[in-house]
Amino acid sequence: MTRARTEAETQAGSGELGDFAVATQSLTKKFHQQVAVNAVDLLVPRGAVYGFLGPNGSGKTTTIRMLLGLIRPTAGRHRLLGMSMPDHAGDVLPLVGSLVEGPAFHPYLSGRANLVRLDSVDRHADPRTTKARVDGALDRVGLLAAADKKYRAYSLGMRQRLAIAGALLEPRELLVLDEPTNGLDPQGTREVRHLIGSLADDGATVLVSSHLLSEVEQVCTHIGVMHVGRLLTQGPIAQVRAVGEARARVVTDRPQDAARVLRGLGLTDVVAGPGVAEGTLGRVAAEKVVVALVRDEVPVTGFVVERPSLEDLFVSLTGEGFNVSG
Amino acid sequence: MSAADLTHGPNTGLGSGLSDRRDSTTPTSTVARPLRHVSTRFLRSELGLIFGRRRNQAGMGILAVVPLMIAITVKLSKPRPGAGPDFFASITSNGLFVALAALSLELALFLPLAVAAISGDSIAGEANIGTLRYLLTVPVHRTRLLAVKFAAITIFSVVATMWVSLVGAVAGLALFGGGEMTTLAGTQIGMGSALLRVLLATIYLSLCFASLGAIGLFVSTLTEQPIGATIAVVVINVMSFILDSIPQLSWLHEWLPTHWWMSFGDFLRDPIAWGDVTRGLLTAAGYMLVFWLAAWARFSDKDVTG
Repeated sequence: MTRARTEAETQAGSGELGDFAVATQSLTKKFHQQVAVNAVDLLVPRGAVYGFLGPNGSGKTTTIRMLLGLIRPTAGRHRLLGMSMPDHAGDVLPLVGSLVEGPAFHPYLSGRANLVRLDSVDRHADPRTTKARVDGALDRVGLLAAADKKYRAYSLGMRQRLAIAGALLEPRELLVLDEPTNGLDPQGTREVRHLIGSLADDGATVLVSSHLLSEVEQVCTHIGVMHVGRLLTQGPIAQVRAVGEARARVVTDRPQDAARVLRGLGLTDVVAGPGVAEGTLGRVAAEKVVVALVRDEVPVTGFVVERPSLEDLFVSLTGEGFNVSG
Repeated sequence: MSAADLTHGPNTGLGSGLSDRRDSTTPTSTVARPLRHVSTRFLRSELGLIFGRRRNQAGMGILAVVPLMIAITVKLSKPRPGAGPDFFASITSNGLFVALAALSLELALFLPLAVAAISGDSIAGEANIGTLRYLLTVPVHRTRLLAVKFAAITIFSVVATMWVSLVGAVAGLALFGGGEMTTLAGTQIGMGSALLRVLLATIYLSLCFASLGAIGLFVSTLTEQPIGATIAVVVINVMSFILDSIPQLSWLHEWLPTHWWMSFGDFLRDPIAWGDVTRGLLTAAGYMLVFWLAAWARFSDKDVTG
């Protein structure tokens, strides 16, 4: 019964779907009665760094598990790098590096031995280059010095780095990184951001999920926001953020006068508080505001244009905070 | 819309644009790497994990204690002809019987326990620590994973059983010497023939244990708790022995996985009594086939959430 609708939907966009690194269509997963992922149409263009955002429990990891063929969708279908999954898993997954729901390795093997283990099960891997590739991956995540320590002795941050190294054992066209900065200190988080940037520079597409909006905001070209199993919005980051409008904020000791000037310029939602006046810029150019204030002899001690953060955006989309969804 | 429609959309002729493109475009991969068709790397990696693990090395040590204990205690005690299990009485005449005595004592619990530990861990252990999801995304095809896991379980069965035999034979020959062997039929066979028969008996038992390992592989796909899977396999093993000892269930006996295990002594008859060991091998092969397929049916489309 859903066939006709599904067909109509895909006919419309069928020309471009192959150009996406990830394309899902009504991807749905139910666990018993609970709908964990609800008809998600994820579109990740090739070459994008796609921030897959949402609070814990919003369905990001379940979606990623479906993308990689670990769990079977209840409904819907998807393609990776233009190839349909899961029937082409053997062709496409060698081109995909992944980090799913945290690191997992054999505790009594060293970091290096764990990567060699992963490499040895890969029918596409060349055993002659294993050592060089393992060391290269360890070096790239800054773990070479601790390579021969037992995994058991690794800190959470080191484990996370080892998992990322595992995703980089081979050249990849697509990296699916589920919460890659979990457990990392601020320095480690910066390094991962830098690494994501350099992978993108090499031409890889990166799908990076996070429940910490600020962490990925800076590296992403595209974002998608999940909430209670639904993909609320997605697109180029500038386009998604344009949904919320910029506000000008004037710090002054004459807030009422400042507010009058802002209204005169055409700003909306103008409010004046103690020592501050602010309003939504709309089409008014930000640089005109200070000029107007100075002309009217309103003293300005501070001026900021605030674009809504992704967190504000999320609140505006859901009417809720960025908290765990049940 | 059924699962078949979802995965085989294009073949129905009504498939969506998403799937149609698969047929009209070639994959745009730029990093295609050649597939290495025949490789034992995965299997060698499995064996490295099994035999490199401390716990398993300790287990192999315990398996070796039994033949050593038998050899030493028999050496220290006064010979009492006719006493004890079958092979015990013959030990002083030929040290090779230490190997057979050790196998007969270990076949009820120690060797099955070792196989249960390895097979119970095979899938559940990887699921428990989460490495299963990383194996599958490498990707390792699920059928290949089960095939390699079962090959490793079988090799472990052979190695563990051989190990008990080897320690028994070496200790026995060192303490009691070798030479001609008196078969269970009372006839004499040469040392070479005796060694061959002990080897055959050992391989026979290895394959019997490997069939228990197939049950273990299946159980291991049902849970993410390797210890639970191991306990379940031991319970199945003990239950089989218990059922085998209830005369009222005699109709069931020949179908039990453990029923033909004690027949390994038939290799020491003269000539070798092939009837029961052939039944034993067929039973083992049957259990391997059925439970490997059951494991496949269970695992091939299971959601891996661990």
